[in-house]
Amino acid sequence: MRAAVVTFPGSNCDYDLYKAVEHVGGAARFVWHRERGGLASYDAVLLPGGFSYGDYLRAGAIARMSPVMEDVVAFAEAGGPVLGVCNGFQILCEAGLLPGALVRNASLRFAGKDVLLRVDRTDTLFTHDYDEGQLLRIPIAHGDGNYEADTATLERLEAEGLVVFRYVDAVGETTDEANPNGSWHNIAGIINEAGNVMGMMPHPERAMEALLGSTDGVALFTSLASSFAAAGPTVREAT
Amino acid sequence: MTRYPLEIRIKPRPGLLDPQGKAIHGALHSLGWPDVEDVRVGKVIYMDLEAESAESAVAAAEAMCRKLLANPVTEDFAVALADALEGARP
Repeated sequence: MRAAVVTFPGSNCDYDLYKAVEHVGGAARFVWHRERGGLASYDAVLLPGGFSYGDYLRAGAIARMSPVMEDVVAFAEAGGPVLGVCNGFQILCEAGLLPGALVRNASLRFAGKDVLLRVDRTDTLFTHDYDEGQLLRIPIAHGDGNYEADTATLERLEAEGLVVFRYVDAVGETTDEANPNGSWHNIAGIINEAGNVMGMMPHPERAMEALLGSTDGVALFTSLASSFAAAGPTVREAT
Repeated sequence: MTRYPLEIRIKPRPGLLDPQGKAIHGALHSLGWPDVEDVRVGKVIYMDLEAESAESAVAAAEAMCRKLLANPVTEDFAVALADALEGARP
């Protein structure tokens, strides 16, 4: 897998994503937010966490207008896999590649801790190496992770099974106590209908090594990397 | 071209949980204002804009709201000439 890690001013998880790709045998490269025409040769595009443009206006709102985002939208519309983590998820929502929005945590506090996630979809490019209902220990670090959308959108997410990860307690139940930010139905991560764009607030790239507390993020990156092996070589010409 | 001072009000959509408004609501109650029914926190953007007319200045700012300044999922917006707003105050 060749993965592009898009870096914005204020991104701070870009190296973590880079290392996560290398960890599963992939090759990563940073793509600066002003670069155009540089994504076509990659298998996957990763949008990192951080505080692009200081979260001014709304989290992700200004990054979404970066030159590179036109390429990210085109890459996604052509079926290319795009993963947004934390600020990357916020940018994907602002860009309209995923529905809804991430607003201020209901607690009004920044939430930085390990949470438990339940995997509700294991038939995606990003999650097929997990087991259905598997519980993961993954860190979160955000002030605006409260997933909101209009009622019709929320009902559609549930009806079509587009929720991939939820915040749960130790027995896998979606309780209010297990919800760190007030997200509707404990939503932690969603995917688009086409199945190639996923956004999540928790940081799987920070759960890659036992020394650092958890290895539960590894299967997300092995899922993505092996998707390409299974699909045959995906060598695209650079534009 | 004339320079028009604009005031752009961005507020959370009705029905959306507004944690900041809720916290302020609670604080006002505990400070002895029990009659406060509802508090919502938005933002105001002050902008000076060169335009042919007041109408075109407002129309341009509304386009900016749709493109960048407001998120239609969570926010409503209203654009007004700042002079008109100030003139309306006693």
